[in-house]
Amino acid sequence: MTEHVPASTPLLQIADLAVRFGPVLAVNGVSFDIAAGPFGLGLIGESGSGKSTIGRAILRLVRYSGGSITFDGNDVAGLRGAALKSYRRDAQIVFQDPDNSLDPRMRIGATVAEVLRAHQVVPRGAVDERIAALLSETGLDPEFAHRYPHQLSGGQRQRVAISRALAVQPRLLVLDEPTSALDVRTQAHILKLIGRLRSERKLSYLLITHNFGVVSELCEQTAVLYLGKIAEIGATSVLLRAPAHPYTVALRSAVPEVAVAGRRSRIVLPGDPPDAVNPPSGCVFHPRCPLAVARCRTEVPVLRDAAPGHQVACHRAEDVLAGADMPTHRRATA
Amino acid sequence: MTGNNRAVTGRLAISDLTIRFGSRQVVAIDGLRLDHAEILGLAGESGSGKSMTTLAVLGLAHTVGANVSGSIRLDGQELTGLSQEDLRAIRGRRIAAIFQNPSTAFNPVYRVGTIMTRALALHGATKSEAADRATDAMRQVLLQPDLMRRYPSQLSGGQLQRVAIALAVALRAEVLLADEPTSALDVTVQAEVLDLLRDLRESIGMSILFISHDLAVVAELCDRVAVMRQGLIVEQGPAGQVLSAPANPYTIELLESVPKLAGTT
Repeated sequence: MTEHVPASTPLLQIADLAVRFGPVLAVNGVSFDIAAGPFGLGLIGESGSGKSTIGRAILRLVRYSGGSITFDGNDVAGLRGAALKSYRRDAQIVFQDPDNSLDPRMRIGATVAEVLRAHQVVPRGAVDERIAALLSETGLDPEFAHRYPHQLSGGQRQRVAISRALAVQPRLLVLDEPTSALDVRTQAHILKLIGRLRSERKLSYLLITHNFGVVSELCEQTAVLYLGKIAEIGATSVLLRAPAHPYTVALRSAVPEVAVAGRRSRIVLPGDPPDAVNPPSGCVFHPRCPLAVARCRTEVPVLRDAAPGHQVACHRAEDVLAGADMPTHRRATA
Repeated sequence: MTGNNRAVTGRLAISDLTIRFGSRQVVAIDGLRLDHAEILGLAGESGSGKSMTTLAVLGLAHTVGANVSGSIRLDGQELTGLSQEDLRAIRGRRIAAIFQNPSTAFNPVYRVGTIMTRALALHGATKSEAADRATDAMRQVLLQPDLMRRYPSQLSGGQLQRVAIALAVALRAEVLLADEPTSALDVTVQAEVLDLLRDLRESIGMSILFISHDLAVVAELCDRVAVMRQGLIVEQGPAGQVLSAPANPYTIELLESVPKLAGTT
């Protein structure tokens, strides 16, 4: 199998990960690596694709039923005591909605201080100074330490959530739709902040999103997820320029763009995302796939090389790469 | 009623509209018009006054404690100053609205079909008429009519948003106020809802006021764009012109905020 990360040992390795919730196999045999920072992996999928579950499994917030997650060479599921506490510092998560992830009764300073004290990051006397530095680092006025979450805007609250995650000097961040609840202009500011922190702190991160636009500037690699499985994984620029999976093509074409000249036709995906309790036979994407043939209904496609460092799970990848026609919906001419 | 007079331009016309909370003015719109079968984008961020404008058009601004003055006309008929009773005949019927989160827009204890037929009956349809019109409208928004037997919680976000649009279609609404209707949806579902709105504009001549913070979505859909900031319209014009040659620095900033797909890595 071709390596799609630099030769040095990856920071995080996920192999054949499976997460089951009752009858639903939410994550079904997912493998990828996250290189040592600065490095970003984008995880793209729609509601129900399992992308957030993968993020939570990495943080040990959900139990996985199969496969392995390895951080720095150690099996994450097997961590106990001091090793687990150390992992809790190394890997941090930022959630979509800071309204739910910040305690409304705690001042911002207290929220960040709690983490600093729990992990004894700095001596007691240096806590206030560190809070001020962390808030400044994410572009907030250190005076905000005295405010409550409701006195801040959504974008400011998300900066607080990032400050808190950074307080323990993590090496890996899981960013779970960090900008989906924000206005586009605020989103642009937060994405810029992530890009700056990435180079300043040499961070590795998993950026979970449903929007291709969000990963294009922040992630070297991107994995496209559909119903708990990786449909395609490779360099972000390659997935944007020459996607090999029809679902990637459709997702890419659904992203609204301002430039009328660069506009492509949108691929129509008939029907709704499938029922995870009764997944379709063969390729799980076949009921919505414009290119599906008989084989797709019976045979599960395995993830295989489309090009060096670019893998795809589709029987018709060669046809997609060759530019097979897919039905489109005409766009209005603005 | 002048509702059938398709020749009237400026189906919805707003002029000298101000919305205040006490002494604080939150919206001041000199002029804004929505033509027959037109999609007008109202773009701006949270707090810019776009949703307050929607409430004012619906005659509901007072319910959140705001004072409205100025003129809002529907096909020439002045809406400000109408009694709540007169407004009720217009709101929902001739002017319908859909919102960001369709899952909170439906009463969870009633089946989708019941919600639809009740709304139709409220505006004068007989029982069988209501059922027929609801079924037709479901088909028009590309939903299986048998979904009407389900409860709102049994539908996906995209399906619910289409039901909300179907209700507007069933009521034969002339104007649809769409307040961030796709912001909570996945991109592929968003694209489908945008296609649907465009189709309704063409097939039944619906006029749509489309409110969004995302200029890329506005660019996809709208004929004209008005950009709102701090309660004021800072720029308006044909979508192609505003988006390709924006004159206002704020419009430029909003445009630059849209993530680029080109990729730099």
